[in-house]
Amino acid sequence: MVDIPFDEVAGVPPAEVGEVELYHPHSWWTRYVFSQDAKVIAVQYSITAMSIGMVALVLSWMMRLQLGFPGTFSFIDANQYLQFITMHGMIMVIYLLTALFLGGFGNYLIPLMVGARDMVFPYVNMLSYWVYLLAVLVLAATFFVPGGPTGAGWTLYPPQAILSGTPGQDWGIVLMLASLILFIIGFTMGGLNYVVTVLQARTRGMTLMRMPLTVWGIFTATVMALLAFPALFVASVMLLLDRLLGTSFFMPTLVEMGQLTKYGGGSPILFQHLFWFFGHPEVYIVALPAFGIISDLISTHARKNIFGYRMMVWAIVAIGALSFVVWAHHMYVSGMHPYFGFFFATTTLIIAIPTAIKVYNWVLTLWRGDIHLTVPMLFALGFIITFVNGGLTGLFLGNVVVDVPLSDTMFVVAHFHMVMGIAPIMAVFGGIYHWYPKVTGRMLNDALGHFHFWVTFIGAYAVFFPMHYLGLLGMPRRYHDIGETAFVPASAHDLNAFMSVAALIVGFAQIVFLFNLVWSLVKGKEAGGNPWRATSLEWQTPETPPGHGNWGKELPVVYRWAYDYSVPGAARDFIPQNEPPARVAAQGAHP
Amino acid sequence: MTETTLATPKAPPGTIPGLRGIAADWASDQRAFKNVSWGKAMMWIFLLSDTFIFSCFLLSYMTARMSTTVPWPNPSEVFALNIGGKHIPLILIAIMTFILISSSGTMAMAVNFGYRRDRVKTAALMLATAAFGATFVGMQAFEWTKLIMEGVRPWGNPWGAAQFGSCFFMITGFHGTHVTIGVIFLIAIARKVWRGDFDVERRGFFTSRKGYYEIVEIMGLYWHFVDLVWVFIFAFFYLW
Repeated sequence: MVDIPFDEVAGVPPAEVGEVELYHPHSWWTRYVFSQDAKVIAVQYSITAMSIGMVALVLSWMMRLQLGFPGTFSFIDANQYLQFITMHGMIMVIYLLTALFLGGFGNYLIPLMVGARDMVFPYVNMLSYWVYLLAVLVLAATFFVPGGPTGAGWTLYPPQAILSGTPGQDWGIVLMLASLILFIIGFTMGGLNYVVTVLQARTRGMTLMRMPLTVWGIFTATVMALLAFPALFVASVMLLLDRLLGTSFFMPTLVEMGQLTKYGGGSPILFQHLFWFFGHPEVYIVALPAFGIISDLISTHARKNIFGYRMMVWAIVAIGALSFVVWAHHMYVSGMHPYFGFFFATTTLIIAIPTAIKVYNWVLTLWRGDIHLTVPMLFALGFIITFVNGGLTGLFLGNVVVDVPLSDTMFVVAHFHMVMGIAPIMAVFGGIYHWYPKVTGRMLNDALGHFHFWVTFIGAYAVFFPMHYLGLLGMPRRYHDIGETAFVPASAHDLNAFMSVAALIVGFAQIVFLFNLVWSLVKGKEAGGNPWRATSLEWQTPETPPGHGNWGKELPVVYRWAYDYSVPGAARDFIPQNEPPARVAAQGAHP
Repeated sequence: MTETTLATPKAPPGTIPGLRGIAADWASDQRAFKNVSWGKAMMWIFLLSDTFIFSCFLLSYMTARMSTTVPWPNPSEVFALNIGGKHIPLILIAIMTFILISSSGTMAMAVNFGYRRDRVKTAALMLATAAFGATFVGMQAFEWTKLIMEGVRPWGNPWGAAQFGSCFFMITGFHGTHVTIGVIFLIAIARKVWRGDFDVERRGFFTSRKGYYEIVEIMGLYWHFVDLVWVFIFAFFYLW
């Protein structure tokens, strides 16, 4: 162990533990394929997540084609429509967003932002990715098995999920549940790494209250995931047993195709409780990393410190804690006791407080800032707008009396797509435009980026804003064809066609984005180490892209928080976290 | 007069009193838990996550048991054995519980000798723990066999609610898997201790990192957790 002295001037304590030796790859395979380097694992996670995400994108096109032009496309029948919505939802929520935020952004940013050389257990981290890949492959395999993927809806509610009326009853549901179990095992291995790295492996001077909010968001989301995924794990195991062994955990006595089934005595509501004990925290598992990323993007691109840093941290923690006591607001129409609904409506509305604190603080950060409308900033602004939009409709759905008539209508679909579909995806895009230069050393193309943003943002509104109206009309969700109904006017069909065209255009814009990712890898402008002139540690690495071990010979020492932008008297409008106070003072004296 | 004034204990320089001090300690530089290694922190957090899994299993079982409309089989009778012409309720489970709790004792002793760097005693005690664990799993296999012979299946049983068999096989099976994994790791780590891997800081086969005697304690955390879970299963499934 090297003897590192206490830094008297800056008050930075000496290193508490010696450095742990890194795993050094010795071949192409261990460097790029079976890599134990968190940065490579992050890229592997991101590419896998985006690939399976493309499948989900195509599925959403199929659904929109059917909804917009019912009866036109003979290759989409009712069964397939149900399979498409199920797989679209499942892939987007779990295999894309969760994996991309925690496995992708988490793996890349946590070690760099807290000043570590790698995750604490690189080998386990590598296993995490390979188990995740296996889960994705099992999921993808359901498209090719007899009967196709399950059509139970992403919530997989029994009894219908495992009965013969539902498509994918033979193989689809079994592989779906197996894939979820694998995903949870893989995630747990990664998640333990992220949490321990943040708690125990920070560099000198990096207190928890100096961490960038991105790390706070990912950290809190990971803790939540470690506590919420067990419920999904248990629900999946039990549903699998019901399907394969004929147990009746979730299956009441019922008649299937005119025949009394062998099931009896189980509780479908139990599944709903288990599922939503996972499902609601899951919403925040994808929202909290987005909150963190947006905070950093806004602060950096508005050249201003984040407003109310401490409150932002406490709001993240409070949202994380509260999200475990709101799950039954997804079950108002399940026939539960009204007082139970009252309790969950109250807790649900309380979450609005920390969430509103965050939104106000973002706006106050922008207030009189030196706003650069770069592509990441545009996406951050888009996030705030779509998130507020989705949050406001959440107030409708959180109240029992308003939720009951709106349940299972397109209003719900519009709400959750705004708040946990579009908004987190905006944060993903913003984050990719922001950190791509660090990952690859090259900037993404700006013109394509602007095109991508405006088409996505306006297009998303064109798709989902009218959907609220359709929901208020009473148009039900998950219907293959609403046909001629008295309460849905003819104009609604035109609106559906319009939304479908918009959805196709938004989808194509994502292909432009993917093209940009590949094209800029070769032809992009050289970025340099710190193109956005940002303060946080990942921009201060000696090499770009960061090399093996991230920091060269010596670990950085942190002297300040991550938001020293436009400090009065400083020579530049940003002070990196690892800049010693003496040097800042000297620069300030001789501008 | 001077001796009557009590000397107030002086806080070491740089500490903040009260709640703020607690927050500051938690948020402090480099490590949140000062004397906790990475491996130990990881095991604690994993166990927290695993607690949620077992809680969900047990809560689901309780929901099934409380909401069933057909009678629930009486566990005292189901798990009774006839030994020497006497009908003793729950006897097998009592012995199994005794064995598993004893194994926690040998595990704790193994941790103690591990920190004294006593290779032979540590390895021997870990193997004893593994033997207790294997015995436990063996008796569980006997219990499963007995119930299956009597006609208990995951989807039904001769005495009442079908969920009895479902919950029994699922929960004891999941716990038994934990014990089995524990036995495998106990044997693997005992081998490393015996061979002196932690004295010469030999590198792990998979991780290529150096091992330390602390791994015995981390293994112990897992083992005690598995025992503790059994106590809850015993209380909620067999004694209820």
